[in-house]
Amino acid sequence: MAHAVEHEYTTTGLNHRKMLMWVFLGSDCLFFGSLIATYMVYRGQSLVGPYPIDIIDIPLTTVSTFVLLMSSFAMVQALSATQADNKRGIVNWLLFTAFLGAIFIGFQIYEFNAFKNEGLTLGGNLFGATFFTLTGFHGAHVTLGIIWLVAMAILGAKGRLGPDTALDVELLGLYWHFVDIVWIVIFTLLYLIGGFDAGPSVMPGG
Amino acid sequence: MATITSVIPRPTSYAGIWGWMTTVDHKRIAVLYGVTAFIFMLIAGIEAGVIRMQLASADNDLIAPGAYNQMFTMHATTMVFMVIMPLSVSFFNFVIPLAIGARDVAFPRLNALSFWIFLFGGILMHVSFVVGQVPDAGWFSYANLSEKPFSADRGLDYWAISLLVMGTSSVAGGLNFVVTIINLRAPGMSLMRMPVFVWMTLITSLLLILAFPVITVGLIELVMDRNFGTHFFVPSGGGDPVLWQHLFWVFGHPEVYILILPPMGVVSEVLPTFSRKPLFGYPFVIFSGIVIGIMGWAVWSHHMFTVGLGPVANSVFTITTMLIAVPTGVKIFNWIGTLWKGSIEFTTAMMFALGFVALFIVGGLSGVSHAVSPSDFQQQDTYYIVAHIHYVLFGGSIFGIFAGTYYWWPKITGKMLNETLGRLHFWLLFIGMNLTFFPMHFLGMNGMPRRIYTYSAEFGWEYMNQLASLGYVVLFIAFLVFIHNVFYSRNSRRVSHDPWDAPGVEWSIASPPPPYNFAEVPQILGRDHYWIVKENAEAAGTPITEPEPLVDPNSIHMPSPSYWPIFTAVGVALIGGGLLSHYALSFVGGAIAMLGAIAWSNEPTTAPSDHH
Repeated sequence: MAHAVEHEYTTTGLNHRKMLMWVFLGSDCLFFGSLIATYMVYRGQSLVGPYPIDIIDIPLTTVSTFVLLMSSFAMVQALSATQADNKRGIVNWLLFTAFLGAIFIGFQIYEFNAFKNEGLTLGGNLFGATFFTLTGFHGAHVTLGIIWLVAMAILGAKGRLGPDTALDVELLGLYWHFVDIVWIVIFTLLYLIGGFDAGPSVMPGG
Repeated sequence: MATITSVIPRPTSYAGIWGWMTTVDHKRIAVLYGVTAFIFMLIAGIEAGVIRMQLASADNDLIAPGAYNQMFTMHATTMVFMVIMPLSVSFFNFVIPLAIGARDVAFPRLNALSFWIFLFGGILMHVSFVVGQVPDAGWFSYANLSEKPFSADRGLDYWAISLLVMGTSSVAGGLNFVVTIINLRAPGMSLMRMPVFVWMTLITSLLLILAFPVITVGLIELVMDRNFGTHFFVPSGGGDPVLWQHLFWVFGHPEVYILILPPMGVVSEVLPTFSRKPLFGYPFVIFSGIVIGIMGWAVWSHHMFTVGLGPVANSVFTITTMLIAVPTGVKIFNWIGTLWKGSIEFTTAMMFALGFVALFIVGGLSGVSHAVSPSDFQQQDTYYIVAHIHYVLFGGSIFGIFAGTYYWWPKITGKMLNETLGRLHFWLLFIGMNLTFFPMHFLGMNGMPRRIYTYSAEFGWEYMNQLASLGYVVLFIAFLVFIHNVFYSRNSRRVSHDPWDAPGVEWSIASPPPPYNFAEVPQILGRDHYWIVKENAEAAGTPITEPEPLVDPNSIHMPSPSYWPIFTAVGVALIGGGLLSHYALSFVGGAIAMLGAIAWSNEPTTAPSDHH
């Protein structure tokens, strides 16, 4: 990632790539926003079970949510190690962030599997369709982040990350924190609020 | 991974077909966009011709009803996503860096990636003709019509997946131009000194990156309904087809402004140049553009008045729709104010710009007439709507794009398009356009529905339909004249760098511009920068006759050409192609895209050998 762009002239003084990342995250907000809107519109509209109250396991997902939140802490540490030129710290914190992200994905795979065994499928009811689509695309974002983290850790191990290239780590951090924040919204809406939804007779149509 | 980049040596030459395939120069990418979109326009035009032939007489059986559905679906989809949008993007590419005094866009390789993904997505859409499973549910593909039981072959999958592929291109392009415009302006080019076209590009780019994710989600849900058994829009499973309409039009209405704001920007450049006076009320034009960009998000349900959302929703959207006519009207008055007491020069570009204003007013007025929801109940799904959209998109967007084509052609090629042929082109297009689409107002009022493949003679629609079909013939000849003009003008003499005595920064450099655009980054003196420069020079007794001098290109670091944008785009297209054939192909595509991305990020923007 030999970029000679750091000292490049820009009108605002902001780096091009940093601005690109922020604007992209704005675009991604609308993507998740539309998926969440679909979920909210169809809340309580499933014609048949299983309904959220039957299968949502809030304590289990609280644990995986906590793990994902902690990965953001590790990401901050990775950036701080990069700025301080702590070569070992960079690699270790990046890998630890990826590891925590992988644990989150592990929980998600377990959860998807468990839900499937309890009869929740894409085609079964609207809860299944909206749940798997929304959390699935979030999981895909996390997975992409893990690949990016590992790739950066490899660069770090080769000694190619340091204060001069801290922006590369910072951009990864922006992405990672964003994906984390999206999960907080999803966890609140799908688990803490929507997790108690039962069939259509109990929930008035939304 | 460094090995990947060293196995294949980096392209260095700009010559030949490889030069075009690996180019990252915004001016060449502009040409690629323009030529590709023009070819798609010819395809869509032929589809329109089939439609007009079929409707030219009552009870006609030239084509079957199913084929007719395919024609109007592909005509509209192609015109919206593969013609008007990329033609605007072509102008973004050519003009924006030049107009803000930059050497290229902020992300030249991303720019190339956008083009290649667009091209492959467009080809993927047209593969549907080859396999004979063509999209046929209209350009907005309403559920349930777009769902499996009503559209059993893979046509709608081609439609949805190709649009998903092209959507990534649009978002990437939008991101690129937002960063370019905000971050790459030459010193002195403050926001309120930017040319109107640059402003409209900025607003359009923001609309692109915010609107496309919404249709992306809608398309993903449609693809899942059709392929993975979900019931997002299927009532039998509890789904609601109206949700598709909401997702489509939350995207679709900003999309309308994506189609019209850039041509409005073009016209705002052309009118002042040929009126020999600055744009009247510049800040009002800018702020009304911004207001349109924001309010464009609050009017989508006017496409759904007859769905039955209730009187409250219909009233609210009636009011917001009528309100959004205000900033549009502001712009029209500013253009008229620009013409007022100007020394008007009737070049072809100017005539197209004036045609834009005139025809857009007609389209705008019919638009306001169906903003009123009770009135819309009469007009919904009739030819009145077809007349309206063609007045704003053909009379508006296409005329604006041709104004820009004639205006910037000498800058792009260094040669002038023939003005006599240009005038002929304009008048044929203007007459043909009105002959084709004006009768449709009456057809709609007389109750002719959209999308019917034939009609009975007793309805009395035949005469107006024949006029419209005759108009198509005139339009067809107009396009032949334009194509002839393009080839004919290749042999014309070179023109000066500033043939129009124009105000934009881009006219200060040679035509065609050198790869680096500006040998020295200009210091912008104000709005209409080059007019100020020329005026100052004249006052000093040394009028400008020559462009900025050329320098040795090797003395300026420019981004080097790269294989990876087209390589990555092939991967992205294969992901889409795999979803339509064998999923294994999608994984291959994913691997190629991933490999391309890694090689890309390992490749410096400028090759080390290009340093000196």
